[in-house]
Amino acid sequence: MKAMNRRKFLKGSLLGGAAASVIGKSKNAAASATFGGYPEAMGVLVDLTRCVGCRSCEAACNKEQGLPNPAQPFDDLSVLDHERRTSEGAYTVVNRYEIPGQDHPLFRKIQCNHCNEPACLTSCFVKAYTKTPEGAVIYDPTVCVGCRTCMVACPFYVPAYSYSSVLNPVIKKCIFCYDTRLKFGRPPACVEACPREVLTFGRRQDLIKIGHQRIQNYPDLYEDHIYGENEVGGTSWMYLSSAPFDQVGFDTHLGTQPILSYVKEFLTVVPMVLTIWPALFAGFHLLATRKDTQKNKEKSEK
Amino acid sequence: MEHIPKYLLSTVMAMLLCLSSYSTIALAGDGPDAVVIDSLAQLYEPVNFDHAMHEEVTESNCAVCHHHTLGTKIEDENCLRCHAESGATDEISCQGCHAGNRFEAEYLNRIDADNTLFHRDKVGLKAAFHIRCMNCHEEMGVANGCQDCHARTDAGDKFFHAGNYAPPESDKPTSGGH
Repeated sequence: MKAMNRRKFLKGSLLGGAAASVIGKSKNAAASATFGGYPEAMGVLVDLTRCVGCRSCEAACNKEQGLPNPAQPFDDLSVLDHERRTSEGAYTVVNRYEIPGQDHPLFRKIQCNHCNEPACLTSCFVKAYTKTPEGAVIYDPTVCVGCRTCMVACPFYVPAYSYSSVLNPVIKKCIFCYDTRLKFGRPPACVEACPREVLTFGRRQDLIKIGHQRIQNYPDLYEDHIYGENEVGGTSWMYLSSAPFDQVGFDTHLGTQPILSYVKEFLTVVPMVLTIWPALFAGFHLLATRKDTQKNKEKSEK
Repeated sequence: MEHIPKYLLSTVMAMLLCLSSYSTIALAGDGPDAVVIDSLAQLYEPVNFDHAMHEEVTESNCAVCHHHTLGTKIEDENCLRCHAESGATDEISCQGCHAGNRFEAEYLNRIDADNTLFHRDKVGLKAAFHIRCMNCHEEMGVANGCQDCHARTDAGDKFFHAGNYAPPESDKPTSGGH
């Protein structure tokens, strides 16, 4: 009889959880449909067809952000021989991709894409991250505790960690030059340094129009897609390419939902599991074992 | 900003050259023999552009670089939709149309406020130079590296951590950079 009750109870709680998550889902759908980023957010459209891999953007970033001296000069193109990721010493890096059937390689600059609804921001439990109305995803290193959850959450593997810092390791990533430039309406340093305007800076809404216009004008040149227009709910940095996006290092399976909507239901259950369940089950345990303890007591009294 | 006087000087020079040499339709050999491109020079020395030589290479088809602005016929179908009969324009220098402040708020706001403007996606001056020159150089199979056209300045060496500012060879990782 007792066992039946427990099974029923567990069944009930599972059903309740499922119902809660269904309700949560419909709410989420409405929320993500209405947001879609700040209307005046700025962005950058990266046109891979123009990039020649000169690394000027990397040099500009290094200077603007006061990053440590590089191990090799920025005009040393041998670093392009292997694929690199962003790091504590380089908030942006250029990689080269050989495209089958094309006689030219393509180059892709990576940095923080400054998502409309950033997964790093959602995942951060000390609220170190902020999405500014200008479009930048910035963070406050003074509150960062170095838990690295955002590194796991980011669908683009962008946030890096200052492993070299012994006393105060924190997250390091591109901030769209927010403090020194974007805040004042100026383009980030990499955009200004790029000799071929691979990087077009402007209002995100305008950049989407410009991107589609370029595709329409030169349909044979471009893939008919702007990467980042809708990926993970849209990003401030977007890409045009002449090769299929999966051939130039892009993850084409991210979907159009913000990462937040995949984890919201689960995350709402976490506080419940952590706070209510221990008390509840401790109560059940006490109730279930009360007879035994009383018996034991009586026994010992005898 | 030490390059401003240079910028003014080059603008004046370019204007003088235009006024003196161009009528409504340019003819072979009408262009300037040489143009010093220095309005953006900071990290690199000014470019000594051999205009006469490039006229020869393009067989005096000004449209290769100057679009329709000199009255020469253009080939790009996208341009021809509107510019088949456009003819020569008053402004023919690169910087007359391609802005040096392409991404400054003032420029972006001006573009934004003008609903009638078609060329909203017009590249800035630096990109106009580099895209035009480098794409053609690649096609022709001629020198196309940064320093093939303009030597780097000391400020440029510093910027790229190269030359006198290069990191010691011992810093160079022996294998992959991970």
